[in-house]
Amino acid sequence: MSATEELTGPGQPVLRLEEMILNMGPQHPSTHGVLRLVLHLDGEQVISVEPMLGYLHRGFEKIAENRTYLQYLAMISRLDYLSGFFMEWSYVRSVEALMGLRVPKRAEYIRVIIGELNRIISHHIAYGDFLMNLGASTPFVWAFRDREDVYDLLEMVTGQRMMYNYMRVGGVRWDLPDEFEASCRKFLKEFPPRIDEYEKLVTENEIFLSRTLGMGIIKPYEALDYGISGPNARASGVDWDLRREVGYSVYPEFDFEVPLGQHGDCFDRYKCRIEEMRESTKIIEQALDSLCGGPVNLKLPPMLRPPAGEIYRAVETPRGEYGVYLVSNGGLRPWRLKLRDPTFSAISMIPKLTAGNKIADLVAIAGSLDLIMGGVDR
Amino acid sequence: MSSIIDFLINFLPGFVIALAVIIASAIVFPFLARRVLGFIGDRLGPNRVGPQGLFQPFADFLKLFIKEDVTPSQANWLLFLLAPAVALVTPMLTQVVIPFSENYTIAELNIGLIYLVAVGAFSVLGFLIAGWASNNKYSLVGGLRAAAQMISYEIPLILTIIIIALLTGSLSLNKVVGAQETVWFAAVQPLAFIIYVIAGVAELNRTPFDLPEAESELVSGYITEYGGMRFAFLYGLVEWGNVAVWAMAGSTLFLGGWRGPLFSSAFWLFLKGGIMVLVIIWFWATFPRLQIDQLMDFAWKILIPLSLINLAATSLFIVLWPDNFLLPTAIVSWSFIALFILFFPSLIRRILLNKRLKLLAQRRMTTIIHGTGKGGITS
Repeated sequence: MSATEELTGPGQPVLRLEEMILNMGPQHPSTHGVLRLVLHLDGEQVISVEPMLGYLHRGFEKIAENRTYLQYLAMISRLDYLSGFFMEWSYVRSVEALMGLRVPKRAEYIRVIIGELNRIISHHIAYGDFLMNLGASTPFVWAFRDREDVYDLLEMVTGQRMMYNYMRVGGVRWDLPDEFEASCRKFLKEFPPRIDEYEKLVTENEIFLSRTLGMGIIKPYEALDYGISGPNARASGVDWDLRREVGYSVYPEFDFEVPLGQHGDCFDRYKCRIEEMRESTKIIEQALDSLCGGPVNLKLPPMLRPPAGEIYRAVETPRGEYGVYLVSNGGLRPWRLKLRDPTFSAISMIPKLTAGNKIADLVAIAGSLDLIMGGVDR
Repeated sequence: MSSIIDFLINFLPGFVIALAVIIASAIVFPFLARRVLGFIGDRLGPNRVGPQGLFQPFADFLKLFIKEDVTPSQANWLLFLLAPAVALVTPMLTQVVIPFSENYTIAELNIGLIYLVAVGAFSVLGFLIAGWASNNKYSLVGGLRAAAQMISYEIPLILTIIIIALLTGSLSLNKVVGAQETVWFAAVQPLAFIIYVIAGVAELNRTPFDLPEAESELVSGYITEYGGMRFAFLYGLVEWGNVAVWAMAGSTLFLGGWRGPLFSSAFWLFLKGGIMVLVIIWFWATFPRLQIDQLMDFAWKILIPLSLINLAATSLFIVLWPDNFLLPTAIVSWSFIALFILFFPSLIRRILLNKRLKLLAQRRMTTIIHGTGKGGITS
């Protein structure tokens, strides 16, 4: 019986059952920033969900048209604030490609090292927040504890903890400090046992399994249809990772595996992220081993003037393919900048995944998709 | 006139003690919880106010008490006002039958066990009123969840308490403590004890059964609209008071109450109760939250049949060997637990994996889509 049906009997008063409309967010503990979900509820059951976006809109694409290429670099890490380095990377990569620059080898290694460190902290949040959504408090705290170590490393290199502003067109801002390599290697030695610790706390827990197995299944072709990428798609069995497929930067030199799931449920998404943390440590180790000397930056004029033309370049961020489409008319400023955010695609999947499930499952699914609203509402 | 004085003489000490226990638990346990959660999460916890942060709960209560008292304009103000008071009735009333020491119980009843169960069942009312009167959808869902959950888990709780009554042969809690002179009932009936703990955690709305106030889903459930002093009342006094009463009742029923080595006094009762609260805090730090239908399944399909079987077996042994039933009961109960530990996790895992495959089959999964390389399958 549908929830809105009127129950009438002979001589009976009319009993009207209504859907309950619940605005979940934008201020809610588990909406990862400012996502607003309009839920239509039948008791605990979710009938339909409507994501409402735009609470964090700052006009980033328009601002780019009024800034020089270098000025905009300071802003772009504010988009997806948990993987700010990848934002800078994707933008810098498209400008470099438009200008046809070849980045020095050392700068590329540094980019990979910092990028993978950033991937680790981003997955820390994904892990902690997902479990926070499931009601476990300690994983969140542990994730934040270990994130601090990575932040120390990033602070050592860039001087910042979140908004790095470390990339430059044609390289990076400055070289790694001398003490970085030793501290990074120390972290790489300490970190894998901690991942085991995370897994020991969570992965085999029956309550966790009962909440995540078979929950929110995304089929591989569905993932392609909705444009889902990154760990969310790989958990469904879409074996696609730009680091390997496109092989940008120096990634082809490294030996790493792309973790895949084959069920596409919340558990596989969680597991993929955990495995990606392990792979990231491997990549950083290899990058540190093959770190060569040389300059870290190209000597470029402060006012960049890329030739007229358009270009699309993407990098594999912790949340999937982050693309920058750049149109230049040969002037000092981009003529048009379009950003493609992987979280936007993931959010568009939420109504389909959650319809018919319970409120608690909605929260679990949203957590497993690893949503960051900063990039969506740009 | 003299009757009023008599009444006051009889009534006041008990009232003061009951209130003192609740206030003490509302001060000690949140602090303990925060420090222990901090320890497990590898951080410090509150340690700034006073030595080792001991005065933190006082600072918290002071802050809550001087806050503005807000009633939502659309709320049913009378019920909104009453709900914390109604909820406080349960922890106040239930502890009057718990024997604090050999010769002090606030009110010694010969039907103490029935009283405990009957008044304990009252606790859901306050939460339901709070959830309904707030006129907030989160609160309403939280209140209804509380009602469904607490009524369901009351049944296994009562069934285990019946077992205690059978083992003692009396409904008086003093007799229950007396019957545990040689051996604790937790050792005779560990299965009943574990069911008591699980069902109790669900009754108290604590992790992993904290659905009525699930922070990540319902903001704060039925307490969402409460702030300031009323929040302190509902969250501090009522919830932690309930925890304290549950722990004291549990240590009386299963852990020998005020009995202890060297001397026997209320100290041992509070110590055992404190350890049981530590177990709750440990759960809190370790487990994720169950989902509502899994919660109901667990009560109706696992806990209630298990406690019914346990009850039947215990009654059978008492009929068969009226003089010496403790040993067979203990053997059966312990072997149940062994079976449970051996088979339950793998059984649950198999059920869950089957469920996952069924769900996958419903949504036809196609083959893996490969890019240029081959990734490794993780699970």
